Amino acid sequence: MVNENLVKDVVKEPYKYGFVTDIETEKIEKGLNEDIIKLISQKKEEPKFLLDFRLKAFKKWQKMKEPDWAALGYKKIDYQDIIYYSAPKQKEKISSLDEVDPKLLETFDKLGIPLTEQKKLTNVAVDAVFDSVSIATTFREELAEHGVIFCSISEAVKNHADLIEKYLGTVVPASDNYFAALNSAVFSDGSFVYIPKGVTCPMDLSSYFRINSGDSGQFERTLIIAEESSSVSYLEGCTAPMFDTNTLHAAVVELIALDDASIKYSTVQNWYAGDEEGIGGIFNFVTKRGKCLGKRSKISWSQVETGSAITWKYPSCLLLGEESVGEFYSVALTNNLQQADTGTKMIHIGPKTKSTIVSKGISAGNSKNSYRGLVKMGTKATGSRNYSQCDSMLIGDQASANTFPYIKSQQPNSEIEHEASTCRISEDQLFYLQSRGIDFEEAVSMMVSGFCRDVFNQLPMEFAAEADKLLALKLEGSVG
Amino acid sequence: MQSKMKESDPILEVENLSASTDNLPILKGVSLTVYPGEIHAIMGRNGCGKSTLSKIIAGHPSYNITNGDIKFLGENINSLEPEERSQSGIFLGFQYPIEIPGVSNLEFLRVSTNARRKFLNKEELDTFDFEELVKEKLDIVKMDHAFLSRSVNQGFSGGEKKRNEILQMALLEPKIAILDETDSGLDIDALRIVASGIKKISNAQTGIILITHYQRLLDEIKPNYVHVMSDGQIIKTGESDLALELEEKGYEWTDNFIKET
Repeated sequence: MVNENLVKDVVKEPYKYGFVTDIETEKIEKGLNEDIIKLISQKKEEPKFLLDFRLKAFKKWQKMKEPDWAALGYKKIDYQDIIYYSAPKQKEKISSLDEVDPKLLETFDKLGIPLTEQKKLTNVAVDAVFDSVSIATTFREELAEHGVIFCSISEAVKNHADLIEKYLGTVVPASDNYFAALNSAVFSDGSFVYIPKGVTCPMDLSSYFRINSGDSGQFERTLIIAEESSSVSYLEGCTAPMFDTNTLHAAVVELIALDDASIKYSTVQNWYAGDEEGIGGIFNFVTKRGKCLGKRSKISWSQVETGSAITWKYPSCLLLGEESVGEFYSVALTNNLQQADTGTKMIHIGPKTKSTIVSKGISAGNSKNSYRGLVKMGTKATGSRNYSQCDSMLIGDQASANTFPYIKSQQPNSEIEHEASTCRISEDQLFYLQSRGIDFEEAVSMMVSGFCRDVFNQLPMEFAAEADKLLALKLEGSVG
Repeated sequence: MQSKMKESDPILEVENLSASTDNLPILKGVSLTVYPGEIHAIMGRNGCGKSTLSKIIAGHPSYNITNGDIKFLGENINSLEPEERSQSGIFLGFQYPIEIPGVSNLEFLRVSTNARRKFLNKEELDTFDFEELVKEKLDIVKMDHAFLSRSVNQGFSGGEKKRNEILQMALLEPKIAILDETDSGLDIDALRIVASGIKKISNAQTGIILITHYQRLLDEIKPNYVHVMSDGQIIKTGESDLALELEEKGYEWTDNFIKET
């Protein structure tokens, strides 16, 4: 029996990123209809193919039903009560960072993402997205020298329309699911990455998503294309202020890897999770999917999900190319009244494809944490292999953990292996560490990071350290 | 010699200690005083309260002290957290060392050592300096460096776990070490390694309490005092020959003491 009061004390660490930036914004009226979509498209000066893409998606969305199969419970979302476009007001055209509103730069400074020339992070190029628009992208010239394109997706629509038209919606079609259709209709910004043939991206690329306003949704869209024999490591971070209302975040991420290309996509998601009573917090409904189109291509997802009131997210891989590889490494931590339903889909289509799934779920407080995964071997996936490992850790006696593995095989000459475990931090373990001078909270966080080590090892170095700290912070006071 | 020791202040004083778990009384008035340089052995049947006594001194949260005091270096520690007791110099060697999956032994030892060093106002050690220190200490228990990169106690054999306990004792340099059946499950060679380790670590300033069933550990480490526990009480205290007598006559012999009292 773990001391209940201690447990309650531990999780009271306030959310560090809960501030609001007071900035003049341009918002459109609430609600969603064709005119709103046309307005968004017009504001962004988009070509006709994109407006058509949006309108088609909207038509599909109207006919779709919000999915209810996930192990999640939440108040119905009123889609007419959301603002679909919100942007900080700034000068028409910005040619350099000096012209960006200092308040915005300050905001990202406070979040630990300095953007200015003097302070910017070394070795990581950052695309900073504030509400509906991208504010700035660093290291653009350096990247351009290598032929790497890294910019906001709005800019890509203007400058690289051919690539957008060729690839947008090819991995996650608008009709894929309810939230993907909604995103396809109203997405406002996001990041675009193009790595040309044979290029190893000289630095990590990173997008930082910040929701600032309380009544607008964030619908970003990310598209990454890795040409033959290229490789890139991409990081994504997210935070939002504390509001007592729920904010909808419905993103779509599409990755495409051609022959021998590799994409590593890492996320540390720390959206505001709501308070101890479950009031407020982000509803995070995200569709992330990668297509291993080329032979021997590789897509690796790693995610550390600590925030959001609701997380609904299944980063997946379509393994088409022969000998292509898909990976999913996930840590999902829920506390208080958070709910997470997350996992992956590994769809083996080509022969000799390989996938690995390592999922670590940690539930504390009254939270609910589910792993949901699909491994499918198609008829042509001869000699393909999957290995899945899903471990759950429970902290306290009010939290719950579920594992829903779905396995479908149409190919007898393939292997699927699934391991699962559930553990609880025991009083004996805590006492052992404490009796060696390690205080209670540190003991818990040591055990939690030990539990997550297989996944943390997959994260880029700075990210792994950040993830470790973040988990410790989130758990402070949650154990007793 | 004993009277000379007692000129200094005691390290540990357990005074008329009673304790229970889930309202079940386990200790029923235990008194025990340990002076610097002393080695005490506590013997007794399974379930007599030996292990409970050691856990309570270390601060295990499952037990409530219902009466009496525990004093360490003259200060009452009844309400200190386990980590505070450890940092101030109380060490419990576990009968069954706990496995902590995923946590590297090296990192665990370093964090633990630094917690104690911080208390002593000594500089905390970074990974590099700690490696140097731990290498030295590994020799004391004849452990291989490879143990450090494994998870804490995970997959260790019984003997390896006990040696890891003594390694921790060597790193923490406690004022008092309570070793709960450190000898159980050890073969003769491992027992010698552990015993010689304990002897190397202890000195005229430290106190040791050995909880054991067997004479063979006491052959290696000769105690100043032997206490026999039964039903939550110390029913007899003697010098090292008491252990020999106990070995010869068995615990049934001690049952008579209870009848007498």
